Amino acid sequence: MLRYVIRRILLAIPTLIGVLLLTFFLFFGLKNPEVIARQNLGKNPTQAQIQQWLADHGYDKPLAEQLKRSTVDMLLFNFGQSDTTGEEIKERIKKGAGPSLTIQAIIFATGLTIAILIAVLVAYFRGTYVDRFGTLLTVVLISIVYVTYIIGLQYYLGKRLQYGPVWGFNREAGLAKFILIPVVIGVVAGIGASIRLYRTFLLDEINQDYVRTARAKGVPEGTVLLRHVLKNAMIPILTTTVATIPTLILGGLLLENFFGIPGLGGYLIDAITNLDFAVVRAMVFLGTLLTLIGYILTDIAYALVDPRVRLE
Amino acid sequence: MASENAPLLQVKNLRTYFNTPRGTAKAVDGVSFTLERGKTLAIVGESGCGKSMTALSILQLVPEPAGYIEDGRILFEGRDLLDLTWEQMRAVRGKDIAMIFQEPMTSLNPVYTIGYQIREAMLIHGKEAGAAQARALDLLRRVGLSDPEQALRQYPHELSGGMRQRVMIAIALANRPKVLIADEPTTALDVTVQAQILALIRELQEETGMSVLLITHDLGIVAEVADDVCVMYAGQVVESAPTRDLFHDPQHPYTKGLFASLPARNRRGQDLATLEGVVPDSTNWPKACRFAPRCPFRWQECDTIPPIPNPPASDRPVRCHLYNPAIPGRPDASTVRKEEEARGLAVLPSHDDAPAPASQKDAEVGR
Repeated sequence: MLRYVIRRILLAIPTLIGVLLLTFFLFFGLKNPEVIARQNLGKNPTQAQIQQWLADHGYDKPLAEQLKRSTVDMLLFNFGQSDTTGEEIKERIKKGAGPSLTIQAIIFATGLTIAILIAVLVAYFRGTYVDRFGTLLTVVLISIVYVTYIIGLQYYLGKRLQYGPVWGFNREAGLAKFILIPVVIGVVAGIGASIRLYRTFLLDEINQDYVRTARAKGVPEGTVLLRHVLKNAMIPILTTTVATIPTLILGGLLLENFFGIPGLGGYLIDAITNLDFAVVRAMVFLGTLLTLIGYILTDIAYALVDPRVRLE
Repeated sequence: MASENAPLLQVKNLRTYFNTPRGTAKAVDGVSFTLERGKTLAIVGESGCGKSMTALSILQLVPEPAGYIEDGRILFEGRDLLDLTWEQMRAVRGKDIAMIFQEPMTSLNPVYTIGYQIREAMLIHGKEAGAAQARALDLLRRVGLSDPEQALRQYPHELSGGMRQRVMIAIALANRPKVLIADEPTTALDVTVQAQILALIRELQEETGMSVLLITHDLGIVAEVADDVCVMYAGQVVESAPTRDLFHDPQHPYTKGLFASLPARNRRGQDLATLEGVVPDSTNWPKACRFAPRCPFRWQECDTIPPIPNPPASDRPVRCHLYNPAIPGRPDASTVRKEEEARGLAVLPSHDDAPAPASQKDAEVGR
């Protein structure tokens, strides 16, 4: 197990470097550094100003040096300063990670739990009106555009029912109050697709022979579902859960923008619009890193759920 | 009060139907049989004849919502299982009537240990945890696992097919059931392992006095273990008799065809007879005799008049006009005889070597 994890971590390094190189060439393939300098220097900069800006931000160095800055330095977590504001990127990430992670982790855990519970319920009543109504509801939930949830629930829960503030993030003033509405939005927006998928996984398992054996033993139907079917269905559920992590980060961008939460989502959007390569590079690195960690965690979870899986 | 003299399990006119996109499939269509205490009844027939669905119907495990029991009575110790509530029926499953299945490879839950799955069968029916653990170990030893202590902690994928079927038997026997339904218990296993599993079931039956309802397509197995036989075709019982009688004198043309397709010592060198055609579509059984389209003796009335289950000219239930003098156009005995000879149906495998032609010999090799 430990050896497997170490090997996977070592294998993650070339993947990370590959992603960083790709980002580097994509970015400078689209915009050459001079264009970026011009954008940052305002109207009609002189050639000398441009050269000065490039030198200040290290874009005059030889290609090898620049590649090193974009790969090795990232792996060592030396993110440097922002191209546009000069702010220490690491500090900014540290500050923004708290709010982002708090909200996304809670959405993730709550969403997963509720989706599994509802999927089990719907699977229990498969073929009945409960099932049909549930399926219809998930289709409706999936069909509604994400922004609609944000605007609608912000208005209804925040403004009409006054359940919490619709703007800002302040730990001292009571964290729960600030994250309540964003979390509700995140869960509601994501839950339809999950329920639908988990229901399919559960129904796939329900027709397996071992379920028939359990029933023939006299196991009550509820226990059959929760004990026998769900544990087997957790295997595909875990796989798709990891696949939703990038979606969660994207969802975070919009949520944070609408609620004025000083998280990481807005940071990346701003960096892209301002052609702030230093920040984009650091954020891409972070995103890739989190995804890779997610995959390793999934594999470990597999081994915990399924005795047939050996991590070697 | 269930009387001690009443047959243990009696199925009467059972009909199990399925809703399919092509119409109602009458998988089981009026099946009746009786299983006596301590006896083994075999239900024989080819794929799609409804024998597995008959077995699943008894425990009401027919795949829902497509399948349902349309009609019939399933009397267990005198009470009709079809009248029981869901909860009462649950208490019967795995306690009074246990079942083992064809696919030992997939019939155990892959994510739980063997020990857990055996204990669960007992805990559900109210046994105390410590006792369940002790009995689980006992059962594994009894069904012949070489290292029962270790097997308790193993997962299904760590065992071979034969071992898994032994575990299935251990689970089924956990609550000392009165009836064991074995649905093709050896079909997925090697021939040598087949013989071992059959021998095990027979031993356990002698020990516990339970009755066995054996579902199989293998006449060799029937000869080896069954006291009585029901031959099923197209959702109906076409012939039933004590095993010895059936092997000496098969009467229904379908039964004759089954025997003719067996290899036998007294037919050495001849080609094996085959039953032409396939079982008809269960959404659209032939109107009168369901075997008529494949029957070598068929005449006009076979397509118009449904055969009665107990014709007067036979000593046993056999669903065929050949044994009913009331049906016009019946071919005389010599014509039937000629036809049988022409088709290789006449020479029966003698009862001495017909039973279990392959498996018995292999069993000896295997031991």
